[in-house]
Formats: sequence, structure tokens, C-alpha cells
Amino acid sequence: MRHSTMLRIGPVGFRVGSDWRAPVATLNELYRDYPQPDIPDFNVRLFAARPWRRWVRPSVHIAGDFVLPESAPLPLAQGLLAAEMGMNLQMALGQRRYLLLHASGVERDGKALLMTGESGAGKSTLAALLMTRGWRLLGDEFVLIDPATGMAHGFPRLISLKNEAIAVMARAAPEGRWGPMLTDTPKGTIRHLVPDARAIAAMDRPARPALLLFPNFGFDAAERTVPASECFVRLTQASTNYVALAEPGFDALATLVRSIPARAIDYPDTTSALASVERLWDALA
Amino acid sequence: MHRYRAAPAATLRIEPLDSLTLIYHRTSGITHVVDSPVPELIAALDNQTLTLDEALAALAAAHDLIDPDRAALAARLGELTQAGLVEQV
Repeated sequence: MRHSTMLRIGPVGFRVGSDWRAPVATLNELYRDYPQPDIPDFNVRLFAARPWRRWVRPSVHIAGDFVLPESAPLPLAQGLLAAEMGMNLQMALGQRRYLLLHASGVERDGKALLMTGESGAGKSTLAALLMTRGWRLLGDEFVLIDPATGMAHGFPRLISLKNEAIAVMARAAPEGRWGPMLTDTPKGTIRHLVPDARAIAAMDRPARPALLLFPNFGFDAAERTVPASECFVRLTQASTNYVALAEPGFDALATLVRSIPARAIDYPDTTSALASVERLWDALA
Repeated sequence: MHRYRAAPAATLRIEPLDSLTLIYHRTSGITHVVDSPVPELIAALDNQTLTLDEALAALAAAHDLIDPDRAALAARLGELTQAGLVEQV
């Protein structure tokens, strides 16, 4: 392809090729502190469906080693989003080394707090806020569980913040480095925040899972213990490669839900959620 | 009269969690999350073939069932046979 770059996020290397310069330039700027992979695990391609569509109403199609048929192209102004979606897609469809959980994660004292939930539940925002309060960010989208060790490996890609969460994080991380404001995306307005230096520097250091939370934003504060069997079912739904990993995935997930406590927390605002997180974490000790 | 036995033990990973039990079926790669009496039934049919009535008696004796339900057990055995966790012989 005309333009390309390589980057490594946690244990996973990507090569991103593009028909246009801009998405690659943006990636290079935002991922400038990330290491290069020796050999990329996955390829992502951003391409124009027809040669003239590089210039005329340029629209970015996403392809790679693994593709979803019928995925809609994005306007060139959202090229960064296309690249991020392409990388996520490779992980979701192609990751076989780790059990992939659609969850955010943060670490403290070598122990990992995992948060999972539907889109809009607040897992990205909470992980990003915790990052500004002394926790190490493992990732806002995927946590990778090593079936051999049970350890949680980070995947600290750019933090994808949507709509109201953008202003919340702009206040919480005034020194943060940001990507462009992407308006009118399929998920509203999106802006990417670069994880802090600590998250990037320590991204190869796994953490032992210690607490699993199911946050749910927009409700009165409430908390309940989630039984292991419910955790298991919800995490299979939150994993795109559970079935593909077969028995090692079963082992990894059964061990995980047995070994750590889990709580569902409803919260009306982030202050309340952060207080719940800190209290539940302190109660582990 | 149908006789039933559990799928070979080597093909099943049975992991009790809380009130529910996980069964990973190696043959199909499918994970089943099951409630009582399925784990008890599979245990009763491990390494032996039983008729429906014998299975009912075995469950009733082992778990102090006051009111064993033959039709419900027949339905469960049908489901488990369909899933491959129990074999009809």
C-alpha cells in the first residue's frame, strides 16, 4: 500500500497500510511512544473501493487478515477511527493466543481490576478516570487472559471516548494527548485519548486478576454480588474468541470466575462509581 | 425399553461453580451451563447403562427425592441425548 506503519500494543503487533497519508500520519503521531513489533501479528488495510475514491468523496474501507463482510466505509476524516476499528476487528476475529475479554482493565500493586459491560456502561470512562488517579491502565477495550498462566495482559490502545465522556476526561486529564474530534461517527462523537506514559511503558507487564466489575451507568447507586456462573455466562458473551480457543478457553474462564470476586455496580455519576471501585478494592485487602 | 449412559468420561469436563455446573463437551466443543438434576443424572449414568425407571430410582435414592417426576426426567434425558452428553444404547 502507498502508506504504512507498524505498532505494537501489549503483546500484539500490527501493520496498518493505507491508500491515504493522513490516517497513517495520525497513527504515527498518537502511537509515537509505542514500540515497533518485530513481525506484525495482524495486517489492517484502509483502502478506496475505486481508484478515484481516493480523492472524490474519499471513503475508507477496512480490510485486513480478517474481515467482516458488509462493513460500511467511513469518510476520510474518520480515518483514525477506521484504523482503530480495523485493529479491533483483527483482535476480535483473529486472536488465538489469549482469551480475549471485551473489558477494560486497570492495575494496582500487580493486581488487575477488570470491568466489562455493554457499550455505554462506562467501562472506558472508568478505566480512563482510574488511570488519572494512580492506577495503571491495562486497556479500555480488551483484556487478554493468558490461558497458560491466568494472568491479564494489557492492550492499552488509544482510549476511545464517546460523547459526554470526552468532556469528562478533558477535565480529568488536562495534560492528555488527544486525537482529532471525530463527529457524526456511527457512535456519535468520538475522540481518542493517548494512554499515559506509565501505561505504555509497563504494557508488557501482566497482572493477576483480582476483581471483576459489571458497571452500569445511569441508574441509582446499587451493588450486588454476581455469582460465578453468571460471570461465566456474561464473560463468554463478552469474548469473541471463547469458542475458537476451545478447552483452553474454558479452563481460563472457569479458573478466572472461580478465583476472583465479582460485583455489579449501578451508578448515577462517575464520582459515585469511583468511590464504589475504591471501596470494593480496599475490601479485598 | 431405551437404556442410557453418560458420554465417556474422557469427553466431559464437569466443573461445579455455584448452584450451576459447567460441562465442557470435548466432542462438540460446546459449553453447557446446567442446573440440577443434570450433573446428578450424568453421575448416575457414568459407567453404567440404566433405563428411565432405573435412572429415576437411582436419582431418588441418591438425592432423597420425595416426588420423582418421570416425565420431566424423560424430557431431560431426551435433551441430554440430543446434546451428546448422554448416549442411548
